[in-house]
Amino acid sequence: MRGDKLFLFLVSFFALLIVLLFVLFFHQLLCNSIPTWKRFGLSFVFGKSWNPLRNDFGALPFLYGTILTSTLSLLISVVLSLGIAVFLSEMAPPRLRDVLSSLIELIAAIPSVIIGLWGIFYVAPFVRDHLQYWLEPLSFIPLFSGRSLTGLSMLTAIIILTFMITPIISSIMKESLMMVPEDLKEALYSLGARRYEVMMKVCIPYAKIGILGGVILGYGRAVGETMAVTMVIGNSPVISASLLSPGYTMAAVIANEFTEATGDLHLSSLIAVAFILLVVSLSMNLIGRVVIWKWQKQSL
Amino acid sequence: MEMAKTKLIKDKIFTIYCFISLSFAILPLIHIVGTTLVRGIKAVSLEFFISLPKPPGEVGGGIANAIEGSIILAALTMSFSIPVGILTAIYLSEYQDNWFRNLVRLLSDTFAGTPSIVAGVFAYSLIVRKFGFSAIAGAFALSILAIPTIVRSSEEALKLVPIDVREAGLSLGAEKWKVITKIVIRAARPGIITGILLALARIMGETAPLLFTAFGNPEFVRSPFEPVSALPLVIYVYATSPYPDWHQKAWGAALILMLMVLAINLAVKYKLRR
Repeated sequence: MRGDKLFLFLVSFFALLIVLLFVLFFHQLLCNSIPTWKRFGLSFVFGKSWNPLRNDFGALPFLYGTILTSTLSLLISVVLSLGIAVFLSEMAPPRLRDVLSSLIELIAAIPSVIIGLWGIFYVAPFVRDHLQYWLEPLSFIPLFSGRSLTGLSMLTAIIILTFMITPIISSIMKESLMMVPEDLKEALYSLGARRYEVMMKVCIPYAKIGILGGVILGYGRAVGETMAVTMVIGNSPVISASLLSPGYTMAAVIANEFTEATGDLHLSSLIAVAFILLVVSLSMNLIGRVVIWKWQKQSL
Repeated sequence: MEMAKTKLIKDKIFTIYCFISLSFAILPLIHIVGTTLVRGIKAVSLEFFISLPKPPGEVGGGIANAIEGSIILAALTMSFSIPVGILTAIYLSEYQDNWFRNLVRLLSDTFAGTPSIVAGVFAYSLIVRKFGFSAIAGAFALSILAIPTIVRSSEEALKLVPIDVREAGLSLGAEKWKVITKIVIRAARPGIITGILLALARIMGETAPLLFTAFGNPEFVRSPFEPVSALPLVIYVYATSPYPDWHQKAWGAALILMLMVLAINLAVKYKLRR
């Protein structure tokens, strides 16, 4: 019995360690960013200028860049993922489905720095030399106005992000779609419905909560993605409506400026940005997990 | 008749849409893997593996320091996170359900969504501020990312072990902790190893948490208290440099890193199949 008590003590200690780490995590980020919160208060979040030389810090350019790039890439990715999920769950024979599913999972396994490397040498030149000219007819829309000279732009970051979050979203979508009962689908097919009708009218509505969970998890991933975005977004703290201009994200500014922070206030502002990023992505993750969990419970 | 025809066309369009979506994911993947292979192989030679980097402008040199660093970081991270992960998982799966257990599980899952760069900031403010850049600080940041994966997969693996196994052990008069450590863990071993390998594959490719913890080092290191380089760090620094020779080395390092990560993933797949 002595051994049992000791062992329980040991494992509870490590479980407690997880809780302590979590508390320490928030504590460290909050404490080390106190100078910034004291100096700027909540207006730090909405401050438009970021100028380390003048000790003037506002996180809005990064918040804007993060939200714009991750939201747009999420929208594109949802459209693509739905197509992929339908293809894998409904059209592909089981053999092909396995092969294609593992290929798509492979995308998620590639380190983001390698995707960033590929982005610098292939996607950015593609945007510079081709894509922006194809988009020229749309240049009356502010989103597509202007020109990118280097190809390092928010548009490039969106392309990269879309590619990176699609495997996550499509695999959860595929699993949700595969849980739709066969007889529901067959009932519709027997009435002469085509595949797109079965998908649109039965499968997607049936699986919508699971799909939603996948979408939210994908968004959390897009918000926190650092290296690939840092390497292609151009890193300029401006708020521009045009996707062809360079931008900045919260994760990217931390990656770029942290080791070169010029003073205590600069460092504390970067930690404050990290704190905002943590809160945003953890709440996304939490909501996504709760949604998926609820849905699993409901469908059991 | 008309309606049937439009339906047929709509169905065709839908099929084409699904196919195009799939190719938007698969074609870039093939392109990435292909170019990394082609451009990487050009950079790889024996010298690339065994020698230290040379100053910019000079031809030659290798990334031996980064390979060493990646191995050190992986070993340190795993030695932190395997015990924490498995013991926490045992607590979660083998003992009575209560609010604390749910809290631990929730927090561990929440950790899984931590942006990797923020884990780096945490390690910086906790360790680097006092002790400077070191392999230990880098491994600490990576552990934050590895632990949740290990906890989750180990807990699932432990739960899959039938309750009869535990009861058989207990009925023979074995103490609970002996049943857990000698029988249950062995039965759950494949699942636990899978989780460990997946965590390893993930942290091997992480760059962001290392930028201001492990920091990088052009030399070999002798102790875990020194700053250390890593393959992903080298790829980042070389890729964003202006030197064509460094670009080539970035592709070489990317090839090595990709092969390592893919090998681990394939090992997991192969193990799961059996």
